[in-house]
Amino acid sequence: MTVTTPSAPARATAPVEPAKRGRPRVRPGRLGVHAFLMTVSLAFLAPLLLAVYASLRPYEETAEHGYFSLPRHLSFDYYRQAFDSGMGKYFVNSLIIAVPGVLLTLFLASFVAFAVTRLQMRGGLVLLMVFTAGNLLPQQVIVTPLYVFFNKIDLPYWMSDSMTMYDSYWAVLAVQVAFQVGFCVFVLANFMRTLPMEIVEAARVDGAGVWTQYWRITLPLCRPALAALGTLQFTWMYNDFLWALVFISNGDKLPVTSALNNLRGQFFTDYNLLAAGSVIVALPTVLVFLLLQRHFIAGLTLGASKG
Amino acid sequence: MPLKTARRAGRTGPRKFTGRDLAVIGVLLGIPVLIDVALIWGPTLASIGLSFTSWDGLGDIKWVGGDNYQALFNDYPPFWPAVRNNLLWLAFLGLVATPFGLLLAVLIDRGVRFSRFYQSTIYMPVVLSLAIVGFMAQLVFSRDQGALNAVLGNEDNPVDWLGDPDLNIWMVLIAAAWRHTGYVMILYLAGLKSVDASLKEAASIDGASEAQTFFRIVLPTLRPVNVIVLVITVIEALRAFDIVYAINHGRNGLELLSVLVTDNIIGEASRIGFGSAIAVVLLTVSLGFIVTYLVQELRGEKKG
Repeated sequence: MTVTTPSAPARATAPVEPAKRGRPRVRPGRLGVHAFLMTVSLAFLAPLLLAVYASLRPYEETAEHGYFSLPRHLSFDYYRQAFDSGMGKYFVNSLIIAVPGVLLTLFLASFVAFAVTRLQMRGGLVLLMVFTAGNLLPQQVIVTPLYVFFNKIDLPYWMSDSMTMYDSYWAVLAVQVAFQVGFCVFVLANFMRTLPMEIVEAARVDGAGVWTQYWRITLPLCRPALAALGTLQFTWMYNDFLWALVFISNGDKLPVTSALNNLRGQFFTDYNLLAAGSVIVALPTVLVFLLLQRHFIAGLTLGASKG
Repeated sequence: MPLKTARRAGRTGPRKFTGRDLAVIGVLLGIPVLIDVALIWGPTLASIGLSFTSWDGLGDIKWVGGDNYQALFNDYPPFWPAVRNNLLWLAFLGLVATPFGLLLAVLIDRGVRFSRFYQSTIYMPVVLSLAIVGFMAQLVFSRDQGALNAVLGNEDNPVDWLGDPDLNIWMVLIAAAWRHTGYVMILYLAGLKSVDASLKEAASIDGASEAQTFFRIVLPTLRPVNVIVLVITVIEALRAFDIVYAINHGRNGLELLSVLVTDNIIGEASRIGFGSAIAVVLLTVSLGFIVTYLVQELRGEKKG
């Protein structure tokens, strides 16, 4: 185990540490740390498990004995009921908004980040600020004018059966992209700054145009950051609750997160059904996280630390 | 703008943008800028304008000067509780959830066994929608069936955690912190991994205690992460909406500025001018933080 790469000091020190830590010298402090972390982990996991558990039990049972009681009857009935109420359709709605949303956001944001960090334009920094600050505004600040604005924009029938931008996927998609581009510009600009400028300069000397420098040279190097942002953005857009609530009035067009509210009755709410709905809605994001965790964390490292 | 940059580039460097380059820059920079202006900054300005008018969304827009603000501060009962709750939210996330996340990150970063398990479970809530967090909170905190009362064993005299207006905001804050802690933890974990190990070693050779090393050496080098965490904390606190809306539409002790805005716009009353005034209050507070942050960023930029 002699990793001696002079250009990567961080990696060279890495093998030393586990060796030092690997020898299990059990200090009392370490046991305390484990007990503490284990308690916290289980406490963090508990509400999720409780939701899964509640979703498997009939309402009458939990109404009588509470959620924290032994099971007498377990079934997937609530899941069937949730799907019968149109969950599948709402899932498709979510994908209709989130998939193009993520792709468009990454495409637009990566070019802005490229222009700001690689083209040495005047006003580049101002541009970066405008986008970053825009992402930080509370949604409610812009929601009213957008509501009016979307109501005034007419769309042809093939784009929106409401004939306006209001109550169409376009409204939610547009505002999601507008909002999230700011965040992605910020992260990607930080990431691109860590790439050596010489690569782009060499391409420039060879006569590469701006598009080639961006699409063929810079973007492939940003793959880890793009993968991480893609996961993050998909989760955020999928999880959004407010935009669809405000801009979509036809219940059939709601994305799945906002549609969850429909599982509440007007006078009576079956929380076990709501728990089943919550589990169904949460499942894709949890799976995405578990499968792409490495991407996720690697990307955040790259975004958050800028030399 | 592309024209101006081209001229400048031509002066300062050996390269010039070709016509095709300018077209690419114009289109691909123009579209996001246009979207940002049309859907973010334009509406922000429009909100400020509308806040001085009285409008129901259909009829004429009437200029009323500062009347909306007057009414908001003096005769709108939910306003001050909402301000208080938003500040409470900020304080709780900033003083409890964020330090807790940092503590967890430091413990996990020391390379204890099972650290991947700890990391994953604590981070898990972050991927959930805040609306789902709100729904789950009801399973835990519900008066008659909730798990918390059952664990505490007070079924005979159950506490209505979410129904008591003096109590419910704290329960909601715990739910919000559940999600916030993991986010902060993962950001700090990422930051801690990038801290040069030789720094810590040098400090310990010089006889610094572990606490000294952390607060004097490690934390200052995490400045970029600190800034990001601060911004996320503030923004989360000001944007808070989904959890309370999922629980009881933000009433009865769970008032928040964001809920009041939404109520005034999409409620039956449709008091758009008034709702905008609340939005502007929210905007003013967040702009304070945003500007501070941007100044910090700018300074870092100049140094780097």
